[in-house]
Amino acid sequence: MVETLEQFLPHPLLAIIMHAALPMVIVFPYVLFAVWLERKVSAHMQDRLGPMRTGGWHGWSQTIADMIKMIQKEDIVPSRSDKFLFKFAPFLAFMGAYAAFAVIPFSSEYIGAHLDVGAFYILAVTSVVTLSILMAGWASNNKWSLLGAMRTSAQIVSYEVPTVVAVLSVIVATGTLNLMTISEMQTGTIFNWLIFSNPFLLIAFVLYFISSLAEVNRTPFDLPESESELVGGFQTEYSGMRWGMFMLTEYADMLLVSLLGSVLFFGAWNSPFGDFMSGPVWGVFWMVSKGMFFIFVMMWLRWTLPRLRVDQLMDVCWKYLIPIAFINLVLVALWEMLF
Amino acid sequence: MKRYFKDIWDSFYTIAIGMGVTFRHLFRKSVTIQYPDIKPELTERARNRLYVNMDDCIGCDQCSKACPVNCITIETVKAVPPDDLGVTSTGNPKRLWVTKFDIDIAKCCYCGLCVYPCPTECIKMTDVYEFSEFDRHNLVYNYSTMTPSEVEEAKGKFEKWQADKAAAKKSSTEKKKEGSEKPKAKQQESGEGKRSDSPEDKKSES
Repeated sequence: MVETLEQFLPHPLLAIIMHAALPMVIVFPYVLFAVWLERKVSAHMQDRLGPMRTGGWHGWSQTIADMIKMIQKEDIVPSRSDKFLFKFAPFLAFMGAYAAFAVIPFSSEYIGAHLDVGAFYILAVTSVVTLSILMAGWASNNKWSLLGAMRTSAQIVSYEVPTVVAVLSVIVATGTLNLMTISEMQTGTIFNWLIFSNPFLLIAFVLYFISSLAEVNRTPFDLPESESELVGGFQTEYSGMRWGMFMLTEYADMLLVSLLGSVLFFGAWNSPFGDFMSGPVWGVFWMVSKGMFFIFVMMWLRWTLPRLRVDQLMDVCWKYLIPIAFINLVLVALWEMLF
Repeated sequence: MKRYFKDIWDSFYTIAIGMGVTFRHLFRKSVTIQYPDIKPELTERARNRLYVNMDDCIGCDQCSKACPVNCITIETVKAVPPDDLGVTSTGNPKRLWVTKFDIDIAKCCYCGLCVYPCPTECIKMTDVYEFSEFDRHNLVYNYSTMTPSEVEEAKGKFEKWQADKAAAKKSSTEKKKEGSEKPKAKQQESGEGKRSDSPEDKKSES
């Protein structure tokens, strides 16, 4: 992909920048769409209508208007905060989320970086988001922000374990950490997808989905924000575009875990119908639509379930997810050995 | 151990039920309406903006007395003999010029208490609810159909009539002593008597 771009562009550096900015082409419109979708889904689940007026058809441009509004807003920095950390945290958060897109194979022809340790890289680099949330909470110099940030770090450190073990089950089954290789292994019809190749990988997927919900701070695990208890958690002191960056990060993270889930379990960019509708461009379509499906499920869960209490959150992780994940890992390995 | 697996099963089962409920609601008709485009149908006796049909108003001041927030101000001038104001559509004779009938709708609490005492059913609550203004003085509605000059005219006539009556009375008492000019005074007195007792009659009728 970089080589192709280098042929068209005057300078190789420009080609590299273009190549790096390509996921942005998917992520930005996706975030605008997902925020709108979230509002529509939540509204219709509560028998409301949601945004209807901006832009004409069902308020489709509401989020664009919101974004323009946020850019225009005053940039407020609390006077007693740690100025540098406070200003830097939202950008670090987005950096962490965006960096992870480097190893997501969007199509058979496009992947940011052909890393042999792709899955490991994603798990490592998404931890930067935790760091930025802790940074934001501490720099705000506000007890609600700090409480929210503390909860986040406790939550993400706990849920990192079942996520990693669930991903490890897939690695045991495929024998590689390279996400492109994992995608290529699932070529063919729907039955070649990893989730159908091994009954214990289905359990691994459920574990992965639950713990990734906690990783991206979605309801029922949205304790870091918890509007009703902690005002806004780590975001309390943020406004305008800096707050917008956190929002962007949250939705980019949702897309990331959904895409990773579809790469690891649901055949990545492969068409479910074998050769029908398959190819590099169809690959992007399948990848994004699989991702969007899981994002819809996340929204569906958000408007169905209430938030967990802190002790329940820890119970779910340490008493249920982690033991099951480890037993499941052993069973996946056994199945792979026997069949 | 059995409890442990039952808890896991229960959580998945109940979440599935909950998700089923929310999914069904996703396709249900929404309860909100797109207000300025689609207006709600109000019930038959919805109480919104007051309306006064001045053709039927007899200026009896009952609505103003009933109002708990004093938002209705009525001023009247008695109509004097040469002028005949006619009757209302309910058949009540009109005897007063209604020189002022102001409703401060900003004060109105939409209780509807002014509607019931009206003998001619001329004040009523309509289903109009869109009447916001930028200046709240515009919310004082002037229902009186009389122009200021007409009001002055009516007042002048009444004052003149009163003065004439006083003069006539004075002269009649003077004449009584003398015993002359009786017929003219009698005519006026009988006309006045009819006016003072008739509102009571009408109220009992309605």
